[in-house]
Amino acid sequence: MIPFQYSRASDVADAIKQSAADPSAKFIAGGTNLLDLIKYDVAAPTRLIDISRLPLRNVDETASGGVLIGALVPNTDLAYHPLIEARYPLLSRAILAGASQQLRNMASTGGNLVQRTRCFYFYDATTPCNKREPGSGCSAISGVNRINAILGTSESCIATHPSDMCVALAALEATVHVKGPAGTRSIAFADFHRLPNNTPQLDTNLEPDEIITAIELPAKGFAANYSYLKIRDRLSYAFALVSVAAALELDGDTIKEARLALGGVAHKPWRSSAAEATLLGKRADTAAFAQAADWLLHGAKGYGHNDFKIGLARRAIIRTLSQAARGTPQSISDKKIR
Amino acid sequence: MTHPGTAASAGRIAAVPEKIPVTLNVNGKRVQLSVAPWTTLLDALRDHLDLTGTKKGCDHGQCGACTVLVGGRRINSCLTLAVMQEDGEITTIEGLARNGELHPLQQAFIDHDAFQCGYCTSGQICSAAGLIAEGRAKTADEIRELMSGNICRCGAYPNIVAAIQQAMERS
Repeated sequence: MIPFQYSRASDVADAIKQSAADPSAKFIAGGTNLLDLIKYDVAAPTRLIDISRLPLRNVDETASGGVLIGALVPNTDLAYHPLIEARYPLLSRAILAGASQQLRNMASTGGNLVQRTRCFYFYDATTPCNKREPGSGCSAISGVNRINAILGTSESCIATHPSDMCVALAALEATVHVKGPAGTRSIAFADFHRLPNNTPQLDTNLEPDEIITAIELPAKGFAANYSYLKIRDRLSYAFALVSVAAALELDGDTIKEARLALGGVAHKPWRSSAAEATLLGKRADTAAFAQAADWLLHGAKGYGHNDFKIGLARRAIIRTLSQAARGTPQSISDKKIR
Repeated sequence: MTHPGTAASAGRIAAVPEKIPVTLNVNGKRVQLSVAPWTTLLDALRDHLDLTGTKKGCDHGQCGACTVLVGGRRINSCLTLAVMQEDGEITTIEGLARNGELHPLQQAFIDHDAFQCGYCTSGQICSAAGLIAEGRAKTADEIRELMSGNICRCGAYPNIVAAIQQAMERS
């Protein structure tokens, strides 16, 4: 690894102060993505500011019936937290669908949001990549793009956001609480990650010296009718080719509310208000689910190797909505898709 | 425009920082080290403490060969810095046996011939110790899922699952 300085932050204010004083410093929490990027010479911070010991590890109920999750809660602790398992099982399942138990033990909630793409070319410092080096070109568009995006792409970048957890957080309409030199602010989950447009080097709307302090879940957890289905090249410990988070509120057979988000297909978790609206008042059946899938995939475009994702995503959406409607969410350990 | 394919560190002029003193608790022993900030826990164990039972496989968190326990939880020692683990209670494969007696998982791996080349074995055993402590896996399917962070290129998986089941029954 390249040399860097190391310092510990004594509290959140100190972390922000240290970061503002050194523009090429980076925060480190779990380190599972950042240290890997440094080893590949994709990131080269001159200083790492260790925030892993800050007291941001609580999971608390809020006055409005939601849950506030400290940014440093490890992924495993969040997935297995009794409040999350009971009231937000979609989030629990999505977290456990990602990475391995070792990585989940290390990775933090806030860090999961700001992890970077696993596009092969982003990681290969010998190739052009607009996300790594703005203006150098995109190697994936005409290269090996089996894992790349089909929605919300630009001529600059077809990278995907790799998180499973974020797909569930998008569907659950979480809020991201951040703190910076100018004070605190809250960002709706849909506005946290960006589309690549012509600035693919920017993954999120977080400012450089801002720090994520907490993620807030609203009261509604869709614990009765939900499913998270992840399709990947091996049965575990692989990034999604396509993943679907589905959550429904039913009145008998009739859909009263629907949430639908896709992972592995875009630069951010992919939702469409039109797709969710089309389900309202409908009978929860395959015809309605297919119509929602078509809305959600409206404008999808393949780049050759990833053309298969469009059909795969359509089938996965229909299947996941069916699982949610039946109240039989996809099992994590039994890999059969029913 | 920057030249395509330039590494992120290219042209960077950075003073090489001093080594940092760090106290680690490894296998019940308190040890004081002086390490460069970028020294991973894995490199500190192998190169500074001569605990070479923990293996460097991919060095990128993709294989699990470097798995150790910190505070009883399994982690990839290649993806954390030694300085970040100050005062952490670290257990490596060398710390599992007690009073000259093999850990039940070590014995079970022998009983079930749960390895071929052996390179992934210390990571498999440390990971399985973490798995048993978590208490989340009951069935073979659940063991397979929660052990997926440990790759065995010899393909000893059926025997590894059998060994873990034996150790679980006896723990």
